[in-house]
Amino acid sequence: MLLESKVPVGALDEKWTKYRSTMNLVAPNNKRRIEIIVVGTGLAGASAAATLGELGYKVKCFTFHDSPRRAHSIAAQGGINAAKNYQNDGDSVYRLFYDTIKGGDYRSREANVHRLAEVSRNIIDQAVAQGVPFAREYGGLLANRSFGGVQVSRTFYARGQTGQQLLIGAYQSLSRQISLGNVTMYNRHEMLDLVKIDGKARGIIARNLLTGELERHAAHCVVLGTGGYGNVFYLSTNAMGSNVTAAWRAVNRGALMANPCYTQIHPTCIPQSGDYQSKLTLMSESLRNDGRVWVPAKQEDAAAIREGRKNALDIPEEDRDYYLERRYPAFGNLVPRDVASRAAKVACDEGLGVVKTGKAVFLDFASAIQRYGKSEAHSKGIHNPNKDAITKMGEDVVRAKYGNLFQMYEKITGEDPYKMPMKIYPAVHYTMGGLWVDYNLETNVPGLFALGEANFSDHGANRLGASALMQGLADGYFVIPYTIGQFLSGEIRTPNIDPNSPEFAKAEKATKERLEKLVKIKGNRSVEDFHRSLGKIMWEYCGMARNAEGLKKAQRMIRELREEFWKDVFVPGTQDEFNPELEKAARVADFLELGEVFALDALQREESCGGHFREEHQTPEGEALRRDAEYAYVAAWAWDGDKAEMIREDLTFENVELKTRSYK
Amino acid sequence: MKLTLKVWRQKSGGHKGDFETHQVVANEHMSFLEMMDVLNQTLIEQKKDPVAFEHDCREGICGSCNMVIDGRPHGPQTGTTTCQLHMRAFKDGDVIVVEPWRSTAFPVIKDLVVDRSAFDRIIQAGGYISVNTGQAQDANAIPVEKDLASAAFDAATCIGCGACVAACPNGSAMLFTSAKVAHLNMLPQGEIEASRRVQGMVKQMDEEGFGKCSNMGACEAECPKEISITNIAMMNRAYIASMLGSSTNV
Repeated sequence: MLLESKVPVGALDEKWTKYRSTMNLVAPNNKRRIEIIVVGTGLAGASAAATLGELGYKVKCFTFHDSPRRAHSIAAQGGINAAKNYQNDGDSVYRLFYDTIKGGDYRSREANVHRLAEVSRNIIDQAVAQGVPFAREYGGLLANRSFGGVQVSRTFYARGQTGQQLLIGAYQSLSRQISLGNVTMYNRHEMLDLVKIDGKARGIIARNLLTGELERHAAHCVVLGTGGYGNVFYLSTNAMGSNVTAAWRAVNRGALMANPCYTQIHPTCIPQSGDYQSKLTLMSESLRNDGRVWVPAKQEDAAAIREGRKNALDIPEEDRDYYLERRYPAFGNLVPRDVASRAAKVACDEGLGVVKTGKAVFLDFASAIQRYGKSEAHSKGIHNPNKDAITKMGEDVVRAKYGNLFQMYEKITGEDPYKMPMKIYPAVHYTMGGLWVDYNLETNVPGLFALGEANFSDHGANRLGASALMQGLADGYFVIPYTIGQFLSGEIRTPNIDPNSPEFAKAEKATKERLEKLVKIKGNRSVEDFHRSLGKIMWEYCGMARNAEGLKKAQRMIRELREEFWKDVFVPGTQDEFNPELEKAARVADFLELGEVFALDALQREESCGGHFREEHQTPEGEALRRDAEYAYVAAWAWDGDKAEMIREDLTFENVELKTRSYK
Repeated sequence: MKLTLKVWRQKSGGHKGDFETHQVVANEHMSFLEMMDVLNQTLIEQKKDPVAFEHDCREGICGSCNMVIDGRPHGPQTGTTTCQLHMRAFKDGDVIVVEPWRSTAFPVIKDLVVDRSAFDRIIQAGGYISVNTGQAQDANAIPVEKDLASAAFDAATCIGCGACVAACPNGSAMLFTSAKVAHLNMLPQGEIEASRRVQGMVKQMDEEGFGKCSNMGACEAECPKEISITNIAMMNRAYIASMLGSSTNV
């Protein structure tokens, strides 16, 4: 199979404009007849469904949640990037493009990333018009802040709840289309299979989660905005329900999974506190604007902290190692996520961790509090303020900036981060890999499209902060509404797809049998138990540092676990009723297949890049060592349920020079 | 810590429900939902039906979780969702009563899971600004006063969990509806549709079977996002104005 990226010819900054103006269109009278299925209602799915509805298509939209507003985009905290250059600090479309390519460690497609940077500006306009209450300056204009891996302020934000506000904006637009009858919404429906007719995606099998009934839904094409697969690690910052099932069912029907091993491990999460833990909570990257990351310089101090004999405040300044500032003086605490995460791991591996498990470092706001306090005192004309007054004023400034995050930290840990440094550790947060798509966001299965985190296209091997919201909305609002016409313009003579066709019957039967099988095993281990076991293998061997031996072992262990799962899982109840355990079981079954391909992908990639760090490939200082000559390609995997086969798409860089990423 | 849980069990909306008593061993670092996970794991090990409850993000923002704990929606702490409630808020030996949201407009689906789709229909009745993708002008062409943007945010922070309805003795959805009306009506972008919006949403709210507001204030007290009842006053004002001062009639 040859993978065609379908990137238009021409100069980088003209590709999208020219292509958009010359691509095939579908006339309004035909749009009214053509049906589109959109699965997922996060930023990508909701914005796509709403916009396609506005254009006049007949849209059917599916979510497994009880309401489209619950999709996990809602939890994104920090912000959304856009090359508006409102701050006059030298930002531009090119700079956003360049930062994203570099941040992704030169493993993404130039043309896709440039288009993303171009439409980033429209997203902010659209969101404001919808009533998204972004932060503003006193003059009434939009405020910005800075994020890791960049040197301009281009991040728009709504306190620490930017994802929530953007998703509500998209949800409201979607709701309007539902009320107008352009979109039919199917809540509490989960896609369990993709239906292909004559090689084209023509519908889905969905399970009504309330009744357990399997339903056939036909359309001229299918769009997946179903998010990432971080929960393959069990513990992640993803919501409990986030899963790979829709995408993986598509893979089982011939779609390709690209770069599954590219996982973003976010450096600032609240560390795990016990075995009962169900998920990890992120502390926004924006905290690294003011927080300083450190560990004790001496192992005996770290041990004393772990054993409760000392605390952070007992460690004098000279015995602390602010390791990010020491190793990366140019970017300091604001190095990109992959770099910060690995550095935390190195510190903890050296025995310098500061919680019982040994897996946490400090994120300290004491110097920011003092700095802001002094500045406040100065601006209020208070001379010779005492230390308490400075601290109080400084805490107030920090509270105004990060209050909700500090409160969240205190609720979870029971510790006051104003007095005692936060304890943080990296956690799985985002998956850059996803379904392989071409420039049109179409997978290798004609008529099947993938948007947002569900595709692989824009973030390479590492995603920069505040870029996930940007990509989800770019794909949904400004890319798919155009590119889908390239496929649908060829379908205007296709009559409505018949859900009674043998292909639908076959897919429904296969789904039914699969669910029946799960329910009938009646083994001895819970779904949760298998999921945790899978997570442990993934974190141990496919986590922040990987090596060939471990990856081979992981592959074997995951396969054994999968075999055991299908022999010994216990799912209570039946498939013909509301059964959350069965939903979980079907998702974990898919994670068990994905996990194996993930390990295989990590094994074949004999280099370190972005979130993928192979211990065999590092510089003498322990930095990631890319091998551009051999590995500047996308690894897209075909999977037949037993064996995986890799298909390469070579990446060509015509506009940027491949360099070693340096944040020193 | 050893706890006694009295959990509401109900096979489906058509069946009669009752409390079931369970003993659970938890520790203070667990979240309330992780404690429920422990209970469910035990039930599954005994080959029994686990307690169905809604949850997803487990960080207080998706609005999925919805338990009435000891008579209070989302439990004893203010400004906290069920998923953010930790067991350190309880003591060894406590007896904890767990129930679903109880309201006519939120019928029980199973155990602690209720149907909140009425909220979606209220939003569909006008909780949006009519702007198609691509129609927007430059974002900075619409300046919005900083304090106004902040006030709009305070209303927009609603997570649609339904605690306001569960808390209200009348089962009223005024806090939810008014938060959306206030968010959009107070912004210049939302002003044009202000009358249509408030009329449409209030009408839908009434049709869904939510009760009337009698200014008890329980909704504000229990709202995990601490949304203010001044939004209700604002909505009432907007509603009256729309009926008297405009030709709009939804």
